[in-house]
Amino acid sequence: MSSSRDLATTTRSEPRLESTASRLRELVAHLRQQRAQLREEWARLITEAKLLTAMTKEEIFAEATSVYDNYVEALETGTYEALQTYARNLSERIIPRGVETHEVVGIVLLLRDVLARSLFAKYHEDFTELNRILDAYEPAANRIAITVAVGFVQERERIIREQQEAIRELSTPVLQVRERLLILPIIGVIDPQRARQLTEQLLRGIRTNRAKVVVLDITGVPYIDSPVANHLVQTVEAARLLGATVIVTGLSPEIAQTLVNIGVDLGKMNTVGDLQGGIEEAERLLGYRVVLTKEATEEPA
Amino acid sequence: MQVPILKQGAYLIATVQSALTDEDLKQLRDALVGQVSKVRARGVIVDVTALDVIDSFATRTLRDVAHMIRLRGAETVIVGIQPEVAFSMVKLGLTLEGVATTLDLEEGLRYLQRSGKRKVQEHEGRPHR
Repeated sequence: MSSSRDLATTTRSEPRLESTASRLRELVAHLRQQRAQLREEWARLITEAKLLTAMTKEEIFAEATSVYDNYVEALETGTYEALQTYARNLSERIIPRGVETHEVVGIVLLLRDVLARSLFAKYHEDFTELNRILDAYEPAANRIAITVAVGFVQERERIIREQQEAIRELSTPVLQVRERLLILPIIGVIDPQRARQLTEQLLRGIRTNRAKVVVLDITGVPYIDSPVANHLVQTVEAARLLGATVIVTGLSPEIAQTLVNIGVDLGKMNTVGDLQGGIEEAERLLGYRVVLTKEATEEPA
Repeated sequence: MQVPILKQGAYLIATVQSALTDEDLKQLRDALVGQVSKVRARGVIVDVTALDVIDSFATRTLRDVAHMIRLRGAETVIVGIQPEVAFSMVKLGLTLEGVATTLDLEEGLRYLQRSGKRKVQEHEGRPHR
């Protein structure tokens, strides 16, 4: 007991930097030498633990090889940029295939354990030396695990952000159905952010399409809260300042209630029951007259 | 900075070139309301495309201009309010109620021409559609 405590104190009192560097060199040499065997062992453990099930055995082995090499290189150089880049690339490749966070963290921790075991095996006779090697190895290994995990999570978050952006883009289409007539069909719940975006798209759409009338169809919106209702009313007024009329169609009873509750000025809001009525009203405002021709009624296409 | 006022046919066009102080706005108001009868204009267009801020004083002045000009027998259109400006105005409760607004100068001219025609037709006792 006392001897081991002595060992610990002597380890700590040594000039750490130099010894750590030389130990790491020794460690890297060992890992390089044992590369084939350790890699094999690691790949076996991954399969055994049922990690990376979305990938084939060959793919796992190929990735395992490059992760191993990057790992050893990071240990050797003490710089993590290359590993970080690799982790990001790897994440980019495997995230679309449904690889989960726990799997990535799991395999890195497995590799850490495999390497630690090999160190135990190599230095089991010299406890002091083993301690020193582990002193050098553990912080570096942990740092690598963190780098890879953080890289993966960041990549995932980036993808989620991109997808959210895409969904948002899709959520407010601005469609021109006739010269100077736009339609904005809205489906789903309008949260404050979506409301902001809706306003932006609507006002921009009026400008770029030189629209006179906009039909805002909210048939697909089940309900809105008062801030969003207010926002909607403001959007209608802002559109008027750009010289366009907004016709709101498809108000559900709940939304009608909300609008009445916030005391909206009905003189400012132009509402029509359904989308068809809205388009007809818009055509009337623009001076269109839709005529049913005989041929079409006799010979349906 | 003074706002140039151009006569174009039966209309006066004032194009705001840069941000206006309250003093400039008052000057613009007086100039427009004064000139409208002098040149027998039927309509006035105020182009605010260049403005990226329209505050409460500017809104009130523009509204006053429109109302005063109506009393002097002509019509006013505010044209070219930017989308962002429009929305921030509305958020502040500045809605220019009772004042005609259009997307740009072209639309403004068309609006005045059309409303002019409508008046003539009404005068002659014909339905306007």
